[in-house]
Amino acid sequence: MNIYVLMKRTFDTEEKIQIDGGRIEEEGAEFIINPYDEYAIEEAIQLRDEHGGEVTVVTIGEEESEKQLRTALAMGADKAVLINTEDDLEEGDQFTTVKILEAFFEDKEADLILAGNVAIDEASGQVGPRLAERLNFACATTITSISVDGDKAQIERDVEGDVEKIETSLPLLVTCQQGLNEPRYPSLPGIMKAKKKPLEELELDDLDLEEDDVEAKTKTIEIYLPPEKEAGKVLEGEVDDQVKELVSLLQNEAKVL
Amino acid sequence: MSRKVLVIGEVREGALRNVSFEAIAAAKTMSDGGEIVGVLCGSDDLTNMGKELIYYGADRVVTVQSDQLASYTSEGYSQALMAVIDDESPEGIVMGHTAIGKDVTPKLASKIETGLISDAVNIEETGDNIVFTRPIYSGKAFEKKIITDGLIFATIRPNNIKALDRDEGRSGEVTAKEVDIKDLRTVIKDVIRKSTEGVDLSEANVIIAGGRGVKSEDGFKPLEELAEVLGGAVGASRGACDAEYCDYSLQIGQTGKVVTPDLYIACGISGAIQHLAGMSNSKVIVAINKDPEANIFNVADYGIVGDLFDVVPKLTEEIKQIKVNA
Repeated sequence: MNIYVLMKRTFDTEEKIQIDGGRIEEEGAEFIINPYDEYAIEEAIQLRDEHGGEVTVVTIGEEESEKQLRTALAMGADKAVLINTEDDLEEGDQFTTVKILEAFFEDKEADLILAGNVAIDEASGQVGPRLAERLNFACATTITSISVDGDKAQIERDVEGDVEKIETSLPLLVTCQQGLNEPRYPSLPGIMKAKKKPLEELELDDLDLEEDDVEAKTKTIEIYLPPEKEAGKVLEGEVDDQVKELVSLLQNEAKVL
Repeated sequence: MSRKVLVIGEVREGALRNVSFEAIAAAKTMSDGGEIVGVLCGSDDLTNMGKELIYYGADRVVTVQSDQLASYTSEGYSQALMAVIDDESPEGIVMGHTAIGKDVTPKLASKIETGLISDAVNIEETGDNIVFTRPIYSGKAFEKKIITDGLIFATIRPNNIKALDRDEGRSGEVTAKEVDIKDLRTVIKDVIRKSTEGVDLSEANVIIAGGRGVKSEDGFKPLEELAEVLGGAVGASRGACDAEYCDYSLQIGQTGKVVTPDLYIACGISGAIQHLAGMSNSKVIVAINKDPEANIFNVADYGIVGDLFDVVPKLTEEIKQIKVNA
């Protein structure tokens, strides 16, 4: 099976967000593979081990994304592709990303594309289903289980807490939800091997794209931090009294009961 | 500049979801006096639900009824909705940022090659622009965003934009549109209901969440009882999910759901930064924890230092009392 994974490099979930000059300050921050994309990488590796074939991890980003791609290779992916837009693009949005990916996949004959269901930074969750539409692939979002037999796939989806069981067909794009699997840590031999695995770097030119073709349809005009929440009132006294006081506060002060 | 705006309504278990009414209010801002057209898909007669959308502010409603639309599939719904979009040529589209909204809107946006702003919590008109506010980094920051090219397309987070008042005096046309839905590649085999009866976590006004402190699957019982008297939903921290006290579908946090209920009661949750990202924009936060140093107290409006197994049942009783007296 020819399997692709869409990966995004994101801020570590431990990071506090700071803003400098209207932008998120990236200096000194730790970066990770978007946690939902880790599920996608793990599932891709398991499916390849079961069915044979190859796993290629693709990311759009800058030179720095190489680190996360190497991690994916160390987990067990076979190849990596970095579409480097650093020199070509100032701003992009989901339209931009998908336009680039569409061009990338044009000659690829993918059977299965896996992605995270959402990136924890911008959290639009658009790229997977948008790309499926452009490629005319069947699409299943927020999956928690997948098994493939021939050109059929049996899938379980998380739909707001309920489990939906579906049958669909390849070529297929799925977006992964927590609960799908337990992503492995790269092993030491894995890390050594990853250094020798192919990592291809492409630019817009290589995909026959001009900047105008991928111009964003949306624009961020302001980024700000929410007001810092002040610590509230910790109640005192016997538990029974605290409970009574709390209910009275919720009723009369907060007015939420 | 007035715009014609399409509101994609959503039916869940035989009733319109609240967020569909909230989407009409959003459409009001987007339309700037233009026509608001509701759209509903399903396999049953949708006329009464269509009227309901009109009571909440839609000018008219188009329904697409087909056996193929009995359950949501992204292909079935996108075919039905594309047919309506082609007919109506709207200048704006809005729907809830729900499971269906998240699944279908990117496909529609991709088909019509337009921008899409997902998960907006506020919409305002500033000059010629419609400005959407949306949380990023799971609510650790916010961004204001506009569409620069093509129609204005957005999904809104449930519980954030206030629906207009229901007015049964409003009238408008509900028309049915025939759409031939074909070549569905995906078949739904089964749906296993696991979510809390009735109340969905993302739309709940009250959430009672448990962390590692609940200690076991049974430990969620008192939380469920409290949720029941408050008409709320039960959620969990990653710690509780990882420890297998509950299903991952209940997880609130940077991975998991981001929620903004009116009242959030955190029980036995320490308050890791990833959890706070998922709930700290709730209107009122109550923390119940044995550890007075727990980080959750830093974001809580009210805190009780104590054992949740002692505090929560008492809280349930107390609230039952006031409900009886009221």
